[in-house]
Amino acid sequence: MLIYGLVIAGLLFALPNAFYSRVESFNDASLAIENGQDPTLFKDEKKLWLEFLPTSLVNLGLDLRGGAHLLAEVRTTDVHAQKIKSLWVDVRDVLRQKRSDIGTIRLQDSNPGTLRVKISKPDAMQTAIEAVSSLSKPVVSLIQAGADDLKIWSDGDELLVSLSDAEVLATDERTMRQSLEIIRRRVDEVGTREPTIQRQGIDRILIQVPGIGSATELKELIGTTAQLTFQAVIGKNSSSTPKSAFGSEVLPSLDEEGVYYTLESAAVVTGEQLVDAQPSFDQNGRPAVNFRFNPTGARKFGDYTAENIGSPFAIVLDQEVISAPVIQSHIPGGSGIITGNFTIEESTNLAILLRAGALPAGLEFLEERTIGPELGADSIKAGKLACAVAFAAVLAFMFMSYGLFGLFANVALIINVFLIFGLLSAIGATLTLPGIAGIVLTIGMAVDANVLIFERIREEIKTKKGPARSIELGYEKALSAIIDANITTFITAVILFAMGSGPVRGFAVTLGLGIITSVFTAIFVTRLLIIVWFERSRPREIKV
Amino acid sequence: MRLKLIPNETAINFFGKSNVFFGVSICAVFLSAITYLFLGLNFGIDFKGGTSIRSESRVELDIAKYRQALSGLNLGDVTISEVFDPTFDDDQKVALIRIEAQDGQEAVTSKIVETMLATLKADVSKDIKFQAVESVGPKVSGELIKKAVMAILLAIGAVLFYIWLRFEWQFALGAVSALIHDIILTIGIFSILQIKFDLAIIAALLTIVGYSLNDTVVIFDRVRENLRKFKKKPLIELMNLSINDTLSRTIMTSLTTLLALIALFTLGGDVIRGFVFAMIWGVVVGTYSSVFVASNILLLLGVKRDWSKPNAEAGTSVPQP
Repeated sequence: MLIYGLVIAGLLFALPNAFYSRVESFNDASLAIENGQDPTLFKDEKKLWLEFLPTSLVNLGLDLRGGAHLLAEVRTTDVHAQKIKSLWVDVRDVLRQKRSDIGTIRLQDSNPGTLRVKISKPDAMQTAIEAVSSLSKPVVSLIQAGADDLKIWSDGDELLVSLSDAEVLATDERTMRQSLEIIRRRVDEVGTREPTIQRQGIDRILIQVPGIGSATELKELIGTTAQLTFQAVIGKNSSSTPKSAFGSEVLPSLDEEGVYYTLESAAVVTGEQLVDAQPSFDQNGRPAVNFRFNPTGARKFGDYTAENIGSPFAIVLDQEVISAPVIQSHIPGGSGIITGNFTIEESTNLAILLRAGALPAGLEFLEERTIGPELGADSIKAGKLACAVAFAAVLAFMFMSYGLFGLFANVALIINVFLIFGLLSAIGATLTLPGIAGIVLTIGMAVDANVLIFERIREEIKTKKGPARSIELGYEKALSAIIDANITTFITAVILFAMGSGPVRGFAVTLGLGIITSVFTAIFVTRLLIIVWFERSRPREIKV
Repeated sequence: MRLKLIPNETAINFFGKSNVFFGVSICAVFLSAITYLFLGLNFGIDFKGGTSIRSESRVELDIAKYRQALSGLNLGDVTISEVFDPTFDDDQKVALIRIEAQDGQEAVTSKIVETMLATLKADVSKDIKFQAVESVGPKVSGELIKKAVMAILLAIGAVLFYIWLRFEWQFALGAVSALIHDIILTIGIFSILQIKFDLAIIAALLTIVGYSLNDTVVIFDRVRENLRKFKKKPLIELMNLSINDTLSRTIMTSLTTLLALIALFTLGGDVIRGFVFAMIWGVVVGTYSSVFVASNILLLLGVKRDWSKPNAEAGTSVPQP
């Protein structure tokens, strides 16, 4: 009974795959209705499939459906550098309070991620370190409690500040989570089917989007960092290499060629404090982007504008100055508008990017693959044909070799293939091109267990045992070989799954599932068939 | 009419010429190692880094033209080859373009790919399309090699352990020597024919490991059973008997698997042809090695004879550890 049940369940789950496109549009329609769209719009699609049947499909891998695959490394050190950079203002302020002890201070050039401050009275270094230590906060993390977030030490007459190891760990973890979340949001904005966005290892993210035109498109979508900052303007120049003091930076203008702004490096407010951004138009009817800050951002922004009425103020996106308006009045409430020479499309995109949030750090793409949908379709076509031919050849061969018993094995084989598809759909596994090869290989190898059994039965018949006894012994004696042989193959499938990636993993899945289903069908299904047949006909002797 | 490939009773002496087969295997392993050392493998971008582009057009393919068009772009080493496949349409011309990893960059930038497409469209044919673009940076490719080697070693280790658990250490050693023999021969043939060696081939290698084992284990299982049955029979006769007993099954399974694989080889398209080729080769070599390598080594090492009681006296030819 159990065997019947399993077989029927397998068939039911495999069934949707035979009508792939129908079920797919049915599923899309169901999803749309669930999302609150009018059901009457999808009447036709709903008719394509029966409500009570399973609807889960085998996921087609990128190599079969076409799409883009990216492996990106998150430059987590960017964040460390950014944090340390913005710390300068605070360090300066606390050190200035102790001016009488430590004398004048000067920011020195240093590696990103470390702050180097020269003090004119090195004897008072200890006081300076203590002062800066007051800025240190305990690290917010689950693993290490109590550690401070800053590492402060001295080198001659210089005071050095960098993030502590514990803080680096915690920051990296946060950066990765944020990056994942933001990439997910950006990909979702486009609304493609089943994107895969996964963290890999310590600082990598794997992004797979089926159906997208190319990896380039995908990169444009997620690759833009959209780092928005508001910085104070020190000066405006026409060359890129003016004398600039440490603590300031020179950035080009987005629209005006040859115009550069000298800005204070530490940002007044950053895009992280944005809560909303919408495309809109300015008072002259040109496309612009409206934005609103969260309370912290709004307060900082308000304070700054109140103190600096009449001075210019730069809006910087990804290291380019979008515009540098002069502050006309105190801006409370924390909302504002970004104007520039935008097209409507640009302003819409900018709003999306700002809303989704900036990537906390830059991405470096280590691996990118684009597979065109046509190539995928060709592969499916070829794979289907090869499967059918392989199937027919094996069926014919088994029948020719073992006659009636071969037919039993063939029934088991057919059930086996359905079971594989059923299982693949049920667990939502992904079918790739090597995966198809895995199925074909399974077709070839699945008969192995039956061959082992039948050969055994033949041997037992030779020793002049009765047919019933021969069959029984055949199954019994072949079992240990079947188990050992399949477990060893299964071990390799598991290792492939654990170590492989992408298509190779798909192969491991079908191979592993194929082993399980083929052992099941060969041992239980054929046995059931043979017993039923044997009870009915009660032959005096059997020919295997 | 029943198809009978193997007569019911076989009594082929598999070990009569065991030295010859052994010699052949050792020579083949050496030959593979030597070609590997001299010719190396034709590593795909997965392991070498770089970019591989599959382009398609409807006009006759002239590789020299492609090369000339791309030579102006300073891409470094460019390889262009035409792909043939019976499943293509008559006027479907497919070329594979491979460029090496660009200095100082991980994956190739989209700008380079766009320029390439534009150049090819302008200089060769307007209807050229890039069907697939794959780019792997040197950082990842190095890791992929490491991972692949690890996977194979891990698989061999796991199997060694499992067989040792289920049988005896001599069996494990025999099976693993056969495995290593198969893997080396497969790498050898890839080196001789210079077929592209990429990640999928590693998967194929692991499958060969699985398949070859499957075969070896079935024979060993019979050896184990016969060891229990015939306590006094000389080992060589006993092994011969076991191989003859299982011969019909060995041939049947290899044939059904080969049938399926050949269908995939001819009809499955060119993308996985290398992969399927590795498996076909592996099935043939794997079947051979379970009879002539694994069993021979088992014979050389000897086995413990008394299987009725555990830890009984040591075996025949070689003392037990």
